[in-house]
Amino acid sequence: MMMTVNELTAKSVTYRKKILQYIVGAKAGHTGGSLSCIDILNVLYNNTLNVSPENFTSPDRDRYIQSKGHCVEALYVVLADKGFFPEDDLNTLCRYKSHYIGHPTRKVNGIEQNTGALGHGLPISVGTAIAAKMDNKDYRVFTLLGDGELPEGSNWEAALTAAHYKLDNLCAIIDNNKLQITGTNAEVCDTDPIDTKFESFGWAVKEIDGHDINALTEAFASLPFEKGKPSLIIAHTIKGKGVSFMENSVKWHHGVPNQEQYETAITELNEIMASIN
Amino acid sequence: MGAVIENTNINGKPNQDIFSATLQELATVDKSIVAVTSDSRGSGKLVKFGTDLPEQIVEIGIAEQNLVGVAAGLASAGKKAFAVSPACFLTARALEQIKNDVAYSNNQVRLIGISAGVSYGALGSTHHSLHDFAVLRAINNLIIAAPADNFETREAVKQAVLLNQPLYLRFGKKAMPTLTDDKNNGFEFGKGRVIKNGNDLTIIATGETVYPALLAVEKLEKEHDIKATIVSMHTIKPLDNQLVLQLAEKTGAIITVEEHSIYGGLGEACASLLLASGYNKPFKIMGIPDEYTITGSQTEIFDHYGLSADGIALAVTELLVKQ
Repeated sequence: MMMTVNELTAKSVTYRKKILQYIVGAKAGHTGGSLSCIDILNVLYNNTLNVSPENFTSPDRDRYIQSKGHCVEALYVVLADKGFFPEDDLNTLCRYKSHYIGHPTRKVNGIEQNTGALGHGLPISVGTAIAAKMDNKDYRVFTLLGDGELPEGSNWEAALTAAHYKLDNLCAIIDNNKLQITGTNAEVCDTDPIDTKFESFGWAVKEIDGHDINALTEAFASLPFEKGKPSLIIAHTIKGKGVSFMENSVKWHHGVPNQEQYETAITELNEIMASIN
Repeated sequence: MGAVIENTNINGKPNQDIFSATLQELATVDKSIVAVTSDSRGSGKLVKFGTDLPEQIVEIGIAEQNLVGVAAGLASAGKKAFAVSPACFLTARALEQIKNDVAYSNNQVRLIGISAGVSYGALGSTHHSLHDFAVLRAINNLIIAAPADNFETREAVKQAVLLNQPLYLRFGKKAMPTLTDDKNNGFEFGKGRVIKNGNDLTIIATGETVYPALLAVEKLEKEHDIKATIVSMHTIKPLDNQLVLQLAEKTGAIITVEEHSIYGGLGEACASLLLASGYNKPFKIMGIPDEYTITGSQTEIFDHYGLSADGIALAVTELLVKQ
C-alpha cells in the first residue's frame, strides 16, 4: 500500500534522526551525504521498489544498487525499517567483526552489491538490466550516484551501454548536493550541465527537488521517462539536509557530531516532526 | 604416464580457438551462458558465437571497466557471464572492477584473458600481460589458471561453467600441441598435471611454457641422461601445494617456468611454499625479468629470455651443478 506524503515526510525525519544516532554511536560515517539522499531512499523503498525481505531472493525483485556506497548509513536505517535485519544490529556499525561496515556489502541482508569504490554502481546496474531484457523479466534496476563520482570514466562507459541497449528498465538517480570532500563540484571538477550530457548520451532526463516527496513519487511513478531510453533523475539536494548547521557545509562530508551538536540536531529534527500535519 | 613427445600432436590449435569452440558448444545447450566482449570477438575467436548465438553475446565496445562491471551485473542476475578481453587490458584497466565487482561481491564472472603473456609479441608492453598472476593472486576469492594445451583448455572451460567461484583464465594465440593423450591424466582446477616423471629434478611450468619445458625434458634425457618430472601447473591459485611438496621431496631440484614477470607469479608462489616447508635444494624461477621487454615475436621473446627448450635445458644443467 502506498504511503501518504505525510507518512513519508515523517519517516524521513525519523530516518535522519537514526542516521545521526548510529553515526554518533560509531563515531564514524558520511553524515552530509546520508542526509542528502535519505528522501530518495525513503520514496524508493516505501513507495517504489518491489523489494522486501520476503522477496529478496526472488529473481523478479526490483534491484537497488547504491553506487555512492559511502552513504551506507542512509541505506542501513531504511533496510532496518523495512525489516531486512533488526535495527539493533546497527549498534555494531563499524565495530570489530561487524558486517555493518562503512560501505555496503552483501553480508548484510538487503544489499545487492558490494560498493564503495566510486563509478561501479552504474556498470553493474547496466549488466543487471541487460539480464532482465534477455530474460523478458519486468523487474527494474535503480542506482544512486553521487554527483562527486561523475568524473569516474566508468560511469560514462556504462551510460553509453545503457543507451545502446535501450535499457528503459534502468533508472539512475544522481544525488546532486553539489558538494564533495574538497569543496563544491564546480571547484573540484565541474560536471555541469549534467542533464544535456546524459541527454546527448541517449538518456531521458528529469530534474526534481530531491527532498520533495511528491516530486520523487511522481518521477518514479512515471518511469520510464521515454520508451527505449534509460532514465536519469537529477535530484537537487542539500548536503546535510534537515540540520541547519550541517546544510551545505563541506565539513560535514564525513564529520561526526559531538554530543552537543547531536542534541541540537535532534532538537531541530523534532521541531520539523512536530510541524508535520 | 608413458611416452610423451611421441604422442604430441603438433597440429594442435591455439587455445583461444578451443576456448571459443567449447564455449559455443556449451552455450548452445545452456542458454544462461553469455559472452561479454569489448570489441574483442575477433581476437577472442567469438565471431561465429556472435553470429550463431546473437542473443547470448553482449558487446560493450572498448571499455574494459564497463565490460567487467556489466558482466558482474549479468552474473548477479543469474547469467554465466564470460568477460572476454585481451589479458593486458582486462587485468590492468579493469583491475578494480575485478577486485570489487567480481571477487569481493562474489559475482561469479568467468574472466577470460585472451592473447595473454607476450602473445602480442612486437606490439610491445602495452599489449603484454606479465603482471596478471601477480596482481590477481593478491585478490581474495579468485581462481587463476593458464591451461597449457587444447585438452586442458577444453576441460577448463567446461568446468568453469560449473564453478561457484569467480575465475580468471588466460590463453595465448599460438597453436599448442597436446601434451599427453593419457586418458587417466585428467584436468581439475587446483590439481597440477604431471606430464612425465623423473627423479633428477622437477620442472613446474604453466600455460604456453609447458610445451618448451617438455621439449627441454626430452633434450635433457637424450643429451645428458637427466630425468625430469614435468608438471603443467595450470592453476596458479589455489596452488597444488601437495604436489609441489611431494615433488620437492622426491626430486633433486625445482625450476619453475612461466610467461609472466619473475615477480609475483607461479615461481614466487612455489618459492614461498617451499621456503616455509624448509626446502633446501636448488631452486630457480624462470620468466620474464624485470626489465624493458625485448622486441620480437612471442617465440623470439621466449628464446631471448631462455624460455625455450634450449634455454630451459641450459638452466637445468646449470642448476644441477649447484646440487
